[in-house]
Amino acid sequence: MNKLRLFMASDFVFRFGRDRVAQGSLALFVFFVFCAFAAPLIAPFDPYDPMQIDLMDSELPPIWSGGDADERFAFGTDAQGRDLLSTILYGTRISLIIGFCAVGLQIFLGVSIGLISGYVGGRIDSFFMRLADIQLSLSTLMVAIIASAVFKATFGSEIYGNVAILVLVLVIGIAEWPQYARTVRASVLAERSKEYVDAARVIGLPRWRIMFRHVLPNTMSPILVISTVQIANAIISEAALSFLGLGMPVNKPSLGSLISSGFEFIFSGSWWITVIPSLVLIALILSINLLGDWLRDVLNPRLYKD
Amino acid sequence: MDYIQFAVKRLVQATVVMFVISLIGFSIQDNLGDPLRELVGQSVSEEVRNELREEMGLNDSFITQYVRFVSKAVQLDLGNSYFFKKPALEVIVDKFQATFELVLGATIIIVFFSIPIGVYCAINPKAWMSRIVMTLSIVGISVPVFLTAIFLIYIFSVELGWMPSFGRGDTVQIGVWSTGFLTADGLSHLVLPSVSLASIMLPLFIRLIRAEMMEVLETEYIRFAWAKGLHTNRVWFLHALKNTLLPVITVGGVQIGTMIAYTILTETVFQWPGMGFVFLEAINRVDTPLIIAYIIVVGLIFVVTNTVVDLIYTLVNPTVRLMGQR
Repeated sequence: MNKLRLFMASDFVFRFGRDRVAQGSLALFVFFVFCAFAAPLIAPFDPYDPMQIDLMDSELPPIWSGGDADERFAFGTDAQGRDLLSTILYGTRISLIIGFCAVGLQIFLGVSIGLISGYVGGRIDSFFMRLADIQLSLSTLMVAIIASAVFKATFGSEIYGNVAILVLVLVIGIAEWPQYARTVRASVLAERSKEYVDAARVIGLPRWRIMFRHVLPNTMSPILVISTVQIANAIISEAALSFLGLGMPVNKPSLGSLISSGFEFIFSGSWWITVIPSLVLIALILSINLLGDWLRDVLNPRLYKD
Repeated sequence: MDYIQFAVKRLVQATVVMFVISLIGFSIQDNLGDPLRELVGQSVSEEVRNELREEMGLNDSFITQYVRFVSKAVQLDLGNSYFFKKPALEVIVDKFQATFELVLGATIIIVFFSIPIGVYCAINPKAWMSRIVMTLSIVGISVPVFLTAIFLIYIFSVELGWMPSFGRGDTVQIGVWSTGFLTADGLSHLVLPSVSLASIMLPLFIRLIRAEMMEVLETEYIRFAWAKGLHTNRVWFLHALKNTLLPVITVGGVQIGTMIAYTILTETVFQWPGMGFVFLEAINRVDTPLIIAYIIVVGLIFVVTNTVVDLIYTLVNPTVRLMGQR
């Protein structure tokens, strides 16, 4: 309880209470996360269940646009007759899962490598940092596209569709670890020479304990700040890969593959299949980015980015 | 002397990266599909297959095969595309023209808009115009490039019908280069793809220029310039802008490489006949030589632009820390 009271009294909470944009974007983000993960409970249909899909219902417009709209389908239906609202809810869930897991993998890889590089130094450090330089110079999106493309060509679309979530998490996770490694390494270098680290060493604590229990907590605020940006980027990357047909298959769509499958229909006037999921995607990313901007202003860590 | 050492190190690094890329390309060739089946089909007996395998050197050790692959690659031979039935490298280089013009169009848009807007926002950070620009730039960063492309098509092609939505339009052949810049039709086809490609970089550059310029405006020599009573335009556009642009150009050089990744997305939406579009088709057709050729050409573009930018930047800006001194 004491910790909670301390947290509520902190500068962080105070500034949050005074910033309407931050509150709005947090509310929006929480709303999306809630709707996405409660999808099985709140969605009117199950888009994965072929029994609930009727091709006769395909390409019905949203209810507010009149015409031959059907009131069962609030946002209309897509080309296969799936309820767009339900498909979007389930799709957002997939996008968010991939985004969170990919960033989790990035944090795991980047933080471990960054800690070891910064704390141990020497050859290990220069090896990993050169590797990070090289990987960043190759553009992460390009690396992700090529890696998933090669996966897809090797497995064939059929098998790839089944393991797509895993591949996407791996590809996006591995493509972006240098961001974390560099940030963590830079703050570790700054922390390493401080007195509390010397003190811990004098007591005779083992190296790993100093690294994880003493140094790591002090590198948290830059990690927090880049994490918001990284989650937004991971969701964008996933959407981009799915849009290119290298991500989630059409029968288990994420937001990206939903947009991709609706794209050809904007020429025939069925704009909603593409436009509504696009707006959801943009709103989701925007809310994360605005939160990230606010976090950066509040925590104001030096961002170790080139 | 330091610089030569740095340059040598940088070149060694570039070579290592190219080596790794060639290794990746080679292992794709080794594992993806069966070259024999592409050549003779399914109907040949096992014995004939083995004979052919031996003849083509497919049973040799990994290293022998890799050396053969590299020595061919150095002679610009990456095999024939299964689909186009001509050298894969030729296909890629042919399509490179379209991609290059797309990147060029986007670069022109970025340069023309980001510098004036960025400078304006740095000079008047509190003005309402600057606030609007900064808010819009966050929105711009949040919209994925393929969505910008889709919305542009929806508004300007489908609803208004002002612009074509796919392809390159008429091109003019100049020597080996076919350009869309010289015909009205080609230019009108170029507008939407370039705008959507530029849309992802423009907010980043505006923010970068603004941040750099604001930092420069705080420095001592600018204060001295004010104290001397120089004309405002001279201080802003001659003294401050010059030092703002140096880091911007470095980032810009690297971003041109990054833009190639985004061309895959814009080319897919607009069916622009460039490298990225062909690469995606090659993936779906499992056209291995073409996939490898694309990876190697793109890898080369990245490595060359990064190395050249690094070398030039270090040369013109002596204050930059050289690699060994970090």
